[in-house]
Amino acid sequence: MTQPKLSLRGVAKSFEGKEVLRSVDLDVAPHQVVCLIGTSGSGKSTLLKCINLLVPVDSGDIVLDGVAITDPGVNPNTVRQTMGIVFQSFNLFPHMRVIDNITLGPRKVHRIPRAEAEEQARELLDRFGLLDRADEYPDRLSGGQQQRVAIVRALVSKPELMLLDEVTSALDPELVGEVLGVIRDLKAEGMTMVIATHEMGFARDVADVVGFLDGGVVLEQGPPAAIFGNPHEARTRQFLQRIVDAGRL
Amino acid sequence: MPWPRRSARLREEGARAVLIAVISTAVVFGVIVALVLSSDAWPAVQRQFFSWTHFKAAFPKVLGGFWLDIKMFLFAEVIILGIGLAVAMARSLRGPAFLPLRIITIGYIDLARGLPLLLLILLMGFGIPALQLPGVPNGALFWGIAALVFSYAAYTAEVYRAGIDSVHESQRMSARSIGLTQMQSLWHVVVPQAVRNVIPALLNGFVSLQKDVALVFVLGVREGLREADIYNARTFNYTSYIAAAVLFLLVSVPVARFTDWYTDRDRKRKQAMST
Repeated sequence: MTQPKLSLRGVAKSFEGKEVLRSVDLDVAPHQVVCLIGTSGSGKSTLLKCINLLVPVDSGDIVLDGVAITDPGVNPNTVRQTMGIVFQSFNLFPHMRVIDNITLGPRKVHRIPRAEAEEQARELLDRFGLLDRADEYPDRLSGGQQQRVAIVRALVSKPELMLLDEVTSALDPELVGEVLGVIRDLKAEGMTMVIATHEMGFARDVADVVGFLDGGVVLEQGPPAAIFGNPHEARTRQFLQRIVDAGRL
Repeated sequence: MPWPRRSARLREEGARAVLIAVISTAVVFGVIVALVLSSDAWPAVQRQFFSWTHFKAAFPKVLGGFWLDIKMFLFAEVIILGIGLAVAMARSLRGPAFLPLRIITIGYIDLARGLPLLLLILLMGFGIPALQLPGVPNGALFWGIAALVFSYAAYTAEVYRAGIDSVHESQRMSARSIGLTQMQSLWHVVVPQAVRNVIPALLNGFVSLQKDVALVFVLGVREGLREADIYNARTFNYTSYIAAAVLFLLVSVPVARFTDWYTDRDRKRKQAMST
């Protein structure tokens, strides 16, 4: 077996005594798309933030390309440059134009001259149909456009791993499609992704592996057909049944 | 046609409200003025405090001194805004590595805010020059301004910090996620938004400092209040103080009005954005 892009072993995290992640084990192969499903509060977001080192783990190891990035000696800023994360609420910088949102990282972290950084940014914006929005401020954009800009901002540093944290949950239903379309494009290009999502239809469609997060562990994982068609665990069945009852699958 | 009639009635009510406001204001101030002027001591007070002759005689000197107040204010304010921001940023850095920095800034803020400004001016203005440290300036003006900066930078740092805390945590997280260091996240992402949120509070600090610069008169600095004091000591007439008061008001009232105007505009802008 090839070396996994990302592996998690026994990752645990509590907030003020409340155990959110108990012991998470997960492997993500290169170019694989892993979708994390589970109820709100099951720790999907926390797990993604732990992988990005935005939230320090209490115990356990996170290994990226064979290197344990949870080691205290590792510089988190260097690690973050190799992966991109996109949040539920976009989190664009409201005081900067779209183009500046995107070039801030390249200019300040990679010290790329402004002209060159803007050229790269405009190329990416063009690819995602956002070029005409480059000089706007974020609050002039629709939610879907803002989220696509956030994806471009994460992509501009050429990450090898993308973490997507419920990126469509804050969107009006008619805007969900354009963002999911972008993610499908990324998959087609071979991007390795870990996606926390409530969009079960999308997860079934796009995931190579679906993991069901429950009680602070990955209770069950496997190909989408197996998880959605024939889950082993009672908790997984219960969760999916509720989704079906709500008409969301 | 109910509409025109209704708007006519509203206009009538509006006019009546204005009329009531004008009359009640006139009555209140009229009564106060009448009480003061009818007092037996008023002629004496008028001679002592409101003598036109003395006003004209004292004004040039007081104005000359007041110009120094303005220069002190502008100079100190620029330094205060800079140091205050630096202190607030140092205090906002997280992680064990920055603990010493946080302890120093908290200690400084507690010290500077815990002492009466006048006491600080006296201590620094008379105390430090008395040490006769080599290479350290010992002018009263220098240490007077230094004391003002020392005190006001601490308050200003707290204003900035409130602004920094008002920027949602997700902004900082998002800045870190694209690889920026803590310092870069603060400087490029958090601080620009923070400053915008606290401009009214910073302007309030301006108004306050613009008056408090006069406190350095206790060190013998010949600014406006000192000049007024000297005139009073020479003539035993207090009109020079009134001249100083007029000058301070001429500057501070417009700044206060501007602050209100800006705060109001800012509030409306935020309301417009949230809808």
